[in-house]
Amino acid sequence: MPDADGPVLSVSGLRKVFGTQVAVDDMSFDLAPGRSLAIVGESGSGKTTVARMVVGLERPTAGTIVACGRDRSRPARNAGERTRRGREVQIVFQDPYSSLDPRQSGAAAVDEVLRVHHDHDAATRRRIVGELADLVGLDSRQMSALPRALSGGQRQRVAIARALATEPKVLILDESVAALDVSIQAQVLNVLADIRDERGISYVLISHDLAVVRQLTEDVLVMQRGVVVERGRTTDVLDEPQHPYTQRLRASVPGPGWKPTRTLRRPA
Amino acid sequence: MSVPVQAGVAAEVLDPVAEVEAAAVRGGLRRVRLGVLGWVSLVVVALAAVLAVVGPLVRPFDPNLSDLSFAYVGPYGSHLLGFDGQGRDLFSRLLVGARTTFLGAAFVAIVAVAVGSGLAVTAAWFGGRFDRVVSAGLDVVFAFPGILLAVVAAAVFGAGLLSAGLALAVAYSPYVARVLRSAALKERAMAYVAALEVQGFGAWRLCLRHLLPNISGLVVAQGTILFGFAMVDLAAISFLGLGVQSPQADWGVMVSEGKTGLLQGYPMESLTAVLCIVVVVSAVSFLGDRLESAGKQAHR
Repeated sequence: MPDADGPVLSVSGLRKVFGTQVAVDDMSFDLAPGRSLAIVGESGSGKTTVARMVVGLERPTAGTIVACGRDRSRPARNAGERTRRGREVQIVFQDPYSSLDPRQSGAAAVDEVLRVHHDHDAATRRRIVGELADLVGLDSRQMSALPRALSGGQRQRVAIARALATEPKVLILDESVAALDVSIQAQVLNVLADIRDERGISYVLISHDLAVVRQLTEDVLVMQRGVVVERGRTTDVLDEPQHPYTQRLRASVPGPGWKPTRTLRRPA
Repeated sequence: MSVPVQAGVAAEVLDPVAEVEAAAVRGGLRRVRLGVLGWVSLVVVALAAVLAVVGPLVRPFDPNLSDLSFAYVGPYGSHLLGFDGQGRDLFSRLLVGARTTFLGAAFVAIVAVAVGSGLAVTAAWFGGRFDRVVSAGLDVVFAFPGILLAVVAAAVFGAGLLSAGLALAVAYSPYVARVLRSAALKERAMAYVAALEVQGFGAWRLCLRHLLPNISGLVVAQGTILFGFAMVDLAAISFLGLGVQSPQADWGVMVSEGKTGLLQGYPMESLTAVLCIVVVVSAVSFLGDRLESAGKQAHR
C-alpha cells in the first residue's frame, strides 16, 4: 500500500526517442492525490506521448514512472500486474468515435471490465454499471445502445464510465473533450468536475485548450518540442506567463479586443 | 436471471448479459439485406448442404451398380437423368457426389480461414519482427499454385480427398491471411483496443472477443469466396485423378469420367456435374459478396 500522502503518480527523467526524433526529454512531475495537473502545448509538443508512456502503451527510452508507489516504466510481466496497473491509471482518448468497441453497448463494455477485474456476481455488476451510468449522466436506454446510436458526447461519457469502472486513482484525459462541440464540452467538463469531487480521483489533463485547463486543474506544465518550458499553479501560469512560448499560447486565445487581422499582419 | 421483472423494459435493458446477446443479434446477420438473388443463392446453398448430408440416404438407386447394357442411355423411367458410360444411375451419383464435393470444399474453406485468420491476427497483434517473418512465409507459400501443392501432397501422402484438401487449405491460407492482416492492423490501431489494453485485458480476450469479431464480416466473406474456389479446384484435382478416387461418386470425378461420353456425343454426365458445380459455386460466391458488403457497412 502506498503511503497516503505520497504522490499517486510520479514521473522523473522521462525521455522518449522515435528514431532520431526526441519526442519527450527529461520530463518530471509529481501528482498528489486528488489534485489535477494539466499538460499544455501545441500539437507535436510531446503531450500525448507522455500520456501513452504513463499508461504503458509506449515504452520510455529512459526515466521512471511510478504510480501508487509501484514502478510501471517496464511492460507488465504477468496478467495480475497488468490488471493491477489498470486499477491505478486509466485514460480517456480524444476520438469518441473509435474509443468504443462498435459491437458492444456501454453497459456491456463496463460489465466486461468489471468481470476482468473483480469477482462480483451479476447483480453487483448490474448495480455498479447503474451507478457509473448515473455518475456520467447516461440513462439505461443510452447505456444499452450500441455506440453507433450515440452522439460524440454520449460516447465520451461511456468511455469515462468504462475508465472509472476499475476505480483508478489517476485518470488521464488525452484531449478528451477536444472533439466535442462547445456546449457538449461544457457538460462533459461538469461531469468530470463532479466525479473528482465525488471520488477524489486525480486528473492529468492533456490539452491545448487553455479555458478547459483553467476550469479543471490546479497545476500546469507547458511543453514545447518535448521539453517542459514552464510549470506552476494554473492561475499563475495562465494569468502571468513567464516563458515567451506560454505567452504566445495565451495570446493565441481569442478574447476581448482580439483582432485576427492585426495578429496576422504582425511583422516578423 | 431470477430478478423479478418490475418495469418490463427497464429491467430488461439493465441486464448486461441479455444485452450482450441482443447486441450480437443486432450486429449480426439481421442487418444483411439479401435481395432476390441473394435469397435464391441462400436457398441453393442450403439445398446443397442438405444434399451433402442426406444425399446418400435418399438416392433412388445404388450409385455404383453398373449395367453396361444401359451405358449412355438417356432419361428412362425412374432413372431421371439416365445412365453414365458404365450404366450407372446418373441422378443417384449426383446425389451421392454432393457429399464429398460439398464437404471437401467446406473443409478446405474452414481450415484455410482458421489458419489464415489466426496468422493474420497474431501478426497484426505482435507486429514487428514476428509480423515480418509471417508475411515473408506467406509470400513463399503464395508462390505455389494450389493444384501443384495438391499434386505434391498426392505424391507424398497418396491420392485422396484428405491430402488434396489439406494441400489446398495450405495454398489458400495466405490469401485469407493477407486480406485479414490489413483489416486486423487497421482494427489494432483503433483507440478502443488501446483503451482495453490499458484496462489490463489479455491478448487472448482482446483478440478473440473484440478484434476478431470486428473483422468477422470479412472472415465470413473470405470463407465463402474460398469455398467456391475450393470446389472448382477439388473438382480439377479429382479430374486429374489425384482427389476423390473412382468409383466413388464426386462431381469432379463425374466431369472427368464423362469426357469419353462427351467425345462420343453423350454429354449428360459431364454436363449435369458441371451444372451442379457452377450453380453451387455461383450461389456461394454471391452470398459471400453480399456478406462482405454487409460486414463493411455494419457498425460504422
